[in-house]
Amino acid sequence: MLWRFLLPIGLFGLLVAVFLIGLGKDPTLVPSPLVGKPAPEFTLPRLDNPAQTLGRSDLLGKTSLVNVWGTWCSGCRQEHETLLALARDGGIPIFGINWKDDPQLAREWLTTLGNPYVAVGVDQDGRTAINWGVYGAPETFLIGPDGTVLYKHIAPLTLDVWREQFLPIIAAAKAGQ
Amino acid sequence: MLRFRAAICVLTLALSPGFLFAMDTDAKLSDPVQQETYERLTHEVRCLVCQNQTIADSSAPLASDLRREIRQMLEEGRSETEVKTFLLDRYGDFVLYKPRFKGSTAALWLAPFLLLLIGGFALSRIIQRRAALPAPADDEEEPPAAA
Repeated sequence: MLWRFLLPIGLFGLLVAVFLIGLGKDPTLVPSPLVGKPAPEFTLPRLDNPAQTLGRSDLLGKTSLVNVWGTWCSGCRQEHETLLALARDGGIPIFGINWKDDPQLAREWLTTLGNPYVAVGVDQDGRTAINWGVYGAPETFLIGPDGTVLYKHIAPLTLDVWREQFLPIIAAAKAGQ
Repeated sequence: MLRFRAAICVLTLALSPGFLFAMDTDAKLSDPVQQETYERLTHEVRCLVCQNQTIADSSAPLASDLRREIRQMLEEGRSETEVKTFLLDRYGDFVLYKPRFKGSTAALWLAPFLLLLIGGFALSRIIQRRAALPAPADDEEEPPAAA
């Protein structure tokens, strides 16, 4: 008859455990179905020169970052220093997708704060962002040399995130080649 | 009576459905069948920026972009399933308020029925056990016989 007392307590404990795990998770982080798949095709006019384009083929050949940003996005302002630091370090090319923004403001932002990007494509109608499954800037994609999406980080990038999340994946991808 | 009426007013306001304030003010699709599909879809797709709203209810720029994409795909003659696949490929299961039934969503779909079964089983056990007990003695409920 002991189980009649232990069972409800056990079930209660189980529920508490499930809820505690749930509480620790951020519901705004939605896993991307793109991870492990080829990066979506895109062709966007460049921010510095709209006659030129930035496309998927520009990402190939080297592990790179694709950073979705806008001047309206406060998280993008927060992570800008991190992007600049990574660009200074020179280890990885960073491509920008300027999402639903005023190109003039975007150019001013890069002039004032510094430009970490190899190239920035302008996605004014938000169509490329939808194809990339973007729902909240800043988002940063890690793209392998063959154009595979290796990882997606939603929220401002920090050097800690870079060390703890990105570097191990880059190392694992290199080892797997 | 006045207080009752006030309560009814508050209740009505509180319960008035969100779709009365739908953000979708775009023109209707020319084909009524497509319009119907469009409305059904936009009420089923989650706005990921404002997670507890559908894209029909949301004023977020992303929601309006997604409505535009859905509208365009339907106008191009693509089916409801194709539109859903388009969204799922990009945003994953979470984008649909009614996720598809598959391995990772099986628990979500089956758990309620499983719990109902367990509850029903427990209930029937309790009823059986109670039925097997001797009926409560009547004399306990009667006033004591006059001494």
